Amino acid sequence: MERHTLLTDEVKQLVERWKDKEGNLIMILHEIQNHHGYVPRQVALDVSALLDIPLARIYEVLTFYNYFKLSAPGKHRISVCMGTACYLKGAPELIKEIKNILHIEEGQTTKDGNFQLNVVRCLGCCGLAPVMMIDDKVYGKVRKQDIMDILSSYVKE
Amino acid sequence: MYTKTVFLKDTGADTEERTRQVYSVFIDLIRNHNLQDQVQVVRVADIGIYNQGIVIEILPDNVLYANVKEEDFSRIIDTTIKESKVIEDLLYKKPSKQLRIVLRNCGRINPESIEDYIAKGGYLALKKVLLEMTPDAVIEEMKKSGLRGRGGAGYPTWLKWKFTRQVTAEQKYVICNADEGDPGAYMDRSVLEGDPHSVVEGLIIAAYTIGASRGYFYIRAEYPLAVERIRLAISQAYEYGLLGKSILGTDFDFDIEIRLGAGAFVCGEETALIASIEGKRGTPRPRPPYPSVKGLWDKPTAINNVETLANVPYIILEGADNFAKIGTATSKGTKVFALTGKVKNSGLVEVPMGITLREIVYDIGGGTISGKPIKAVQTGGPSGGVVPEEYLDTPVDYENLQKLGSIMGSGGMIVMDEDDCMVDIARFYLGFCVDESCGKCAPCRIGGFQMLKVLERIASGKGKSADISLLKRIAFAMQKASLCGLGQTAANPVLSTLRYFENEYKEHIDERYCRAAKCVELLNYTIIQEKCKRCTVCVNQCPVKAIAGSRETGFSINVDTCIKCGRCFEVCKFKAIARK
Repeated sequence: MERHTLLTDEVKQLVERWKDKEGNLIMILHEIQNHHGYVPRQVALDVSALLDIPLARIYEVLTFYNYFKLSAPGKHRISVCMGTACYLKGAPELIKEIKNILHIEEGQTTKDGNFQLNVVRCLGCCGLAPVMMIDDKVYGKVRKQDIMDILSSYVKE
Repeated sequence: MYTKTVFLKDTGADTEERTRQVYSVFIDLIRNHNLQDQVQVVRVADIGIYNQGIVIEILPDNVLYANVKEEDFSRIIDTTIKESKVIEDLLYKKPSKQLRIVLRNCGRINPESIEDYIAKGGYLALKKVLLEMTPDAVIEEMKKSGLRGRGGAGYPTWLKWKFTRQVTAEQKYVICNADEGDPGAYMDRSVLEGDPHSVVEGLIIAAYTIGASRGYFYIRAEYPLAVERIRLAISQAYEYGLLGKSILGTDFDFDIEIRLGAGAFVCGEETALIASIEGKRGTPRPRPPYPSVKGLWDKPTAINNVETLANVPYIILEGADNFAKIGTATSKGTKVFALTGKVKNSGLVEVPMGITLREIVYDIGGGTISGKPIKAVQTGGPSGGVVPEEYLDTPVDYENLQKLGSIMGSGGMIVMDEDDCMVDIARFYLGFCVDESCGKCAPCRIGGFQMLKVLERIASGKGKSADISLLKRIAFAMQKASLCGLGQTAANPVLSTLRYFENEYKEHIDERYCRAAKCVELLNYTIIQEKCKRCTVCVNQCPVKAIAGSRETGFSINVDTCIKCGRCFEVCKFKAIARK
């Protein structure tokens, strides 16, 4: 069956592992997103079948929480913090600069798929404001003029 | 066996890199003196002192040196480490106003080692509770301590435990609320990452007290390291027989599981958090019934915040009376604040309740970076409000902040100076709440959206004189009619900025003027002819070619074409562009 191609054994095992625990849906979706980088529709369909929950219930949860993504992320995820401290210390300027350089809006991915720009609520390092994160690396006290250098280090591989 | 411990941090540098360099210089010297087996040198992330150069603390002598130079290292090793004598001229003069209870172990122990925690007296409180105290005695002790919930509302912890204990049920739950979502607050993260066992211990004590056999950590998925550390702490506690069946040989059984949040601010609200653990959308439900009666899977549930739980082992060990000595009449103990914004030394501070805002902002925070006067301090995040400069001498406790129209909240403390516009701040916070509203009840969903529209109108210079009373009316409806805390408090930032800074709103509406030059659409750019050197940099940089003229006659900005992007203002080296 073709629609099972995305459902790796790992995902099957993971559903099996959580199957008997109460309130497991969000944890399963977390693990799927860790695996794929987002929650593909096919996988959601399969989880629905394996757990015997209506697909609507799964999407109800997926769309409620900001953390879950429904489309594939870019190669490098840029998260600019817009918590209060970062906001006051110039995060809007950083976002403007990144948009200018990459020609993308919030939530979008560059044409080459290299960068995705996200604006996030708080990365929890307000002491370093303004903060941005690329993949798992945190950049603190970022200045507008630093952006070009930071981004270009992710272009050449 | 180590006889001395040295904590080391370069507080003057922005990066860890520098501390690492200093560390390697110091450790080389220690090795040269062949002291590496007697002296333990630890790099710490935060030593509680800021911008004082290299800071070195030596235990057990309890000597603190600041502004140390690398050439002083040999002196320190010869005098203080070898002979336990103090070098007067290096001593850190100003005693800190901070008092560390919640953060007592953060940066001091290896958070991934249960042995480190136990060596610091960890799990002794649990032992005392399980072997020597009845649940009622624990509640009595918590009552005497006066500990109140640190998550925001300040509900007495003992009362919450008592109510949950009173209910008879086959199954009860405890939950640690680690869904720290307030933008600008990160104390829970630091405790979870820096001292995870203290929270685990607090949760086990809570479970014993109310009679729960199962517990959950509800942690933000955005804090992967915190999740990892708590996961490790839990598995270590199982290995040591501090979790699982027959804990410490008693008949008390307790298991903990981790559940991840998924980025919904409303899930900090008790009933929404419960829905989320149950695997559903995190929408709140009306209370009563309170979670202490009908909580997780309709069973009695006690939900405590990270910081609250981290206080519990300390209270049990040091005694409620000692804890209650700290603080004010109604608010006991300490509070951790995330001091951020326009302040010179930003970071986490832990202070006794009753300290004034001025002491926190000036003595610990060092005043503003710009040196400009402080306009206001915002506390309580999106549910809180602003405290203007003239009230900075107010002692910090739950009641006082409430009287001023703000709240303690989870502990965000954001310093604002003259360059911050109060209308813009109100719009920022309200925008957050509108974004995070779960949409279940109309007052929050519609009220928030409409208020935001009004604020946007005011900020763009299209405000009407009736707008201020309209804002107040909608805010009142939201406070009274919203289902949960998010909606009830969402209007607070608007109301509190209106309370103290109504004139700024009026300036925006009547004069189309933003004194902080933040509201872009109200700004006008003009060229100051006397300062202009006619270099044409701005002419070339203007994206819409709004600057016209010639080198002979001078330049001017065409107001109709100008899109107020501020590019000319930024590029002018002679400060010849005026922004008003």
